[in-house]
Amino acid sequence: MANIYPYGCFTHAVVRGIPESFGKLAEGGEGLQTDLAKAQRQMGVLTGALRQKVGLQLIEIPAVTELPESWRIEDVAVIQGDTALITRPLKQQRRTEAEAVRRVLSELKLTVLEMGDEEGRSAGATLEGSDVLFTGKEFFVGISKHTNHRGAEVLADTFKDFAVSTVPVCGGSRLKNICSMGGPDTIIISSSDGAKKTLRMMEQLTDHHYEILSVPEDVAANCVYIRGPAKVDFLLHPTAEECPNSVPAFQRLTDYTLLPTACSEASKLGAALSSLCLLINKKPNY
Amino acid sequence: MKMVVCHVTLLDGSQFTCEVEKRAKGQYLFFQVCEHLNLLEKDYFGLSFKDNAEQRCWLDITKEIKRQIRNSQWQFTFSVKFYPPDPSQLTEDITRYLLCLQLRQDIASGRLPCSFVTHALLGSYTLQAELGDHDPDEHRLDYISDFLFAPNQTKELEEKVVELHKSHRGMTPAQADAQFLENAKKLSMYGVDLHHAKDSEGVDIMLGVCANGLLIYKDRLRINRFAWPKILKISYKRSNFYIKIRPGEAEQFESTVGFKLPNHRAAKRVWKVCVEHHTFFRLVSPEHPTKTKFLTLGSKFRYSGRTQAQTRQASSLIDRPAPNFQRTSSKRLSRSLDGAPVVNVSDYSQAAGAGENGPPLELNSDSKSPQVEVMEEPNVDAATSITSEMAFEMDGTGAPERKSKLRVQGENIYVRHSNLMLEDLDKTQEDVLKHQASISELKRSFMEARPEPRPSQWDKHLSGSPVTSLRLQAHGVPQETPPGPGTDSRDTSKTAEVKPEVDDQPEVIEVVEETVVIEEVVKAKPKSPAPEASIPVETEVKEERSLSSGSDSEEEAEYHAQPPSTSISIQQIKEEPEEEQEAELTQQAPPSAIESQPSAEAAEPGPVVEEEKPAEPHEEEHTHEPRLMTDEAPNGHALKAEAPPTAEEEEPHIVNGSASRVEAEHLPQVICCSEPPVVKTEMVTISDTFAAQKTEISTKEVPIVHTETKTITYEAAQLDGNGDGEPGVLMTAQTITSESLCTTTTTHITKTLKGGQSETRIEKRIVITGDSDIDHDQALAQAIKEAKEQHPDMSVTRVVVHKETELAEDED
Repeated sequence: MANIYPYGCFTHAVVRGIPESFGKLAEGGEGLQTDLAKAQRQMGVLTGALRQKVGLQLIEIPAVTELPESWRIEDVAVIQGDTALITRPLKQQRRTEAEAVRRVLSELKLTVLEMGDEEGRSAGATLEGSDVLFTGKEFFVGISKHTNHRGAEVLADTFKDFAVSTVPVCGGSRLKNICSMGGPDTIIISSSDGAKKTLRMMEQLTDHHYEILSVPEDVAANCVYIRGPAKVDFLLHPTAEECPNSVPAFQRLTDYTLLPTACSEASKLGAALSSLCLLINKKPNY
Repeated sequence: MKMVVCHVTLLDGSQFTCEVEKRAKGQYLFFQVCEHLNLLEKDYFGLSFKDNAEQRCWLDITKEIKRQIRNSQWQFTFSVKFYPPDPSQLTEDITRYLLCLQLRQDIASGRLPCSFVTHALLGSYTLQAELGDHDPDEHRLDYISDFLFAPNQTKELEEKVVELHKSHRGMTPAQADAQFLENAKKLSMYGVDLHHAKDSEGVDIMLGVCANGLLIYKDRLRINRFAWPKILKISYKRSNFYIKIRPGEAEQFESTVGFKLPNHRAAKRVWKVCVEHHTFFRLVSPEHPTKTKFLTLGSKFRYSGRTQAQTRQASSLIDRPAPNFQRTSSKRLSRSLDGAPVVNVSDYSQAAGAGENGPPLELNSDSKSPQVEVMEEPNVDAATSITSEMAFEMDGTGAPERKSKLRVQGENIYVRHSNLMLEDLDKTQEDVLKHQASISELKRSFMEARPEPRPSQWDKHLSGSPVTSLRLQAHGVPQETPPGPGTDSRDTSKTAEVKPEVDDQPEVIEVVEETVVIEEVVKAKPKSPAPEASIPVETEVKEERSLSSGSDSEEEAEYHAQPPSTSISIQQIKEEPEEEQEAELTQQAPPSAIESQPSAEAAEPGPVVEEEKPAEPHEEEHTHEPRLMTDEAPNGHALKAEAPPTAEEEEPHIVNGSASRVEAEHLPQVICCSEPPVVKTEMVTISDTFAAQKTEISTKEVPIVHTETKTITYEAAQLDGNGDGEPGVLMTAQTITSESLCTTTTTHITKTLKGGQSETRIEKRIVITGDSDIDHDQALAQAIKEAKEQHPDMSVTRVVVHKETELAEDED
């Protein structure tokens, strides 16, 4: 397809600040000790890496206290090429998070599509971006607590060029908790039993071949791969503190520029590096 | 030689007309078309036609055209049959061009879904290829309104197309086509042939056959995928389609996944498409059907064309200057699109004529891949068949004197309705009754049509099998008979089937065919033809038909061929499973008992059950066939044994306790209805959806197939005292076999000399194969009609209809 490119070529990233309410009201936040300042620092490191190391244009949407989970910006939109699908998160209160994101994406001249009303074809559909793994060639949608079959259908209707396969999410609460892209043809995936099950299903469903980079820790399975403007492969991955046993695996990626990026505070809330940003390719297609 | 004019719609929407001999094979026409197109890489293409059901069928080029199209018009469509995964490997631009034309159709009709961006990009390449560089003077916005780029073409899309068109400046048409294909081939639905189906739980899904294997979709979502190497065997049985899966690393056993297609033909179609795609894309050379392991009734269909590997090799030898061709298609294309066949579901329908018995096919896949053996098992059919025998008697001399016997051992019609029964189950009682009524009318009309002035005796004999009741149970219908062993035992047997077999098992593709056997015995009396015989029938038939549901149609009219002296109420014949059973049981009782049927029903259960047991495990080939045979056999016997010639005037009306049509007259009739075995089968399935993830194989009862067999004999009473009793002198005997798409006719003609009169008896055995799509009654009627036409001076004396029907349902 015109818009089928090797995975990883991005030009822009959209992030959203960590609000004062971070960790409160948030999913899994109860009883968890989160460090707001640390979370904000970690976010700062991430954005710095994206902007200065990778060289992306960064758009930062200000934090809103009333939206304690709005920093999980990956959930609210699925972007492929110049089409963005605004999702419908499971939690009702999260759905207002999309407003600011929608605005930004429109300004970036993306075609912004909605999942539609709660009625009709998409009735009952829920979809969160962290359940969607786009490989550059196809979509895998994890059927999880947050994302259902209907939601996956809407996604399939939106991105018609691509095969959209559904896989069960085993061993994590969201698909991207157990796997992520580590290169144009590389999937990084946890070696937990649940993740293996999901991987088997993905392997069964795909027409393509992927290299599999298996990492012992779940938290290491979520990385951010970007092929920078200078044709350099960057991999943002959790730090050695967070996943000491997985670092050797990352080092097997030859010619990569590895960017250890801490994400421990977000991890406490079930999020991961990829949760924190939306990546966009605005390179002229034609 | 008779010549026929064929019209072929080409990919650019133009018509190609050529004359072929009436008996020409598909090949001839196909080559004519390719020559006209100047196409050498022809193996990716094919000709299709619409069958009576408006389903698109691929013309099998190795077979006669006429046999395949039957009564359809000589109207064909030339299109891409195998979409090359990498069009850049095609040798000639003209081939790529034709592929582009096909894809433009596919896209514009929505068969090949794509995004807005892709529509725009592909559209722009189309413009570049067709019109060359964008010319601002000449090409204002409306220059593209003649082109159809997308199912819902918007102004916005057109603008985008033009914008992109401008960027292709300098690109040659061939380059633009190549770019078009490079993009189109990446679409996820490129080259995927979709078929509607249901999974084992009755959920609507789509089966997508493509170069790499079989894809399973639910709505737009891909929920499973079986690459060819994963598939050990593909088969179909009635309206079910099965694939046997090679066990994964974590699994010990093979599993079989079953899908339910709308009807038998759809199942066969998807099976055929799989066989063809597997062979074309996966094998180096087609497997030749020489190995006959089994004598089977199944289809021996195999793809006999060149494989992709072979065609590529052949293409590499092409040595000619690139042919010139004109690209002026798009305009015409856009106009013709409406009528364009929908590739989607109907695309690959089976080629005609695939009804024959075939030996198992083995498809050897290339080295790495598992061996795939495709075997067809015909036997299945056997289980289900309807035989009708019709005897036509021609009395030359007028009724009174018939010396020859009327009796015909006429036509055995085996009709299998695969789906029919199922559908009936869903029907309301009312529908069922209606259906029954229509059937009974049909039969009655046939009886009435009899030529003899005075009714002869008809013996009605119905044997019911206990099995029926079992079936009822499954449906949740109250049944009077205790549940038979059939169901439960199935489970075990199934489990047994899952044998730990080694990977390299051959794939067996089972073919289940439905057959109708019509035997027609015509006795011709040398002297004078009986005038009365045939004429009246037809009219009557039609009237009755209207009521009937899908299965019976006007065809039945042909039954009428016999003069209306006798009328029978044929309630017993009902095809509805539930009702029938009861009826049949009663029938078995001695003639006198008939009226009391209801009570009789319960009693009967005993004997039939046994037959059932042998019934089929679909999956295992070996076991399979023998069993099937067994199944059939009983039926056959039943017919003969059960039909005592003498049973006299009985009143059938009361069957089932409902007095529907009571005909006042006691008609002489011989009706034999035997309902033998209902076969229930279950299979072990790994749940379709996530087969891979389930480590354990769940034993599930998947499709349960009930097979119902019925035999009905209509026999004209013997009019003449002398006829049969006297042994005649056999003068000649000959047997002729012919076949067409769904019928196989075997004609046996004997001439005997009896008491100075020569008697010619023609027995026709017609096997009609098909499912609910096929109107069996029509086919039967047609067969009878043809028989009559062939022998205008003979009359039908006996018709035996042997019907095998499958009832399939999903069990919870």
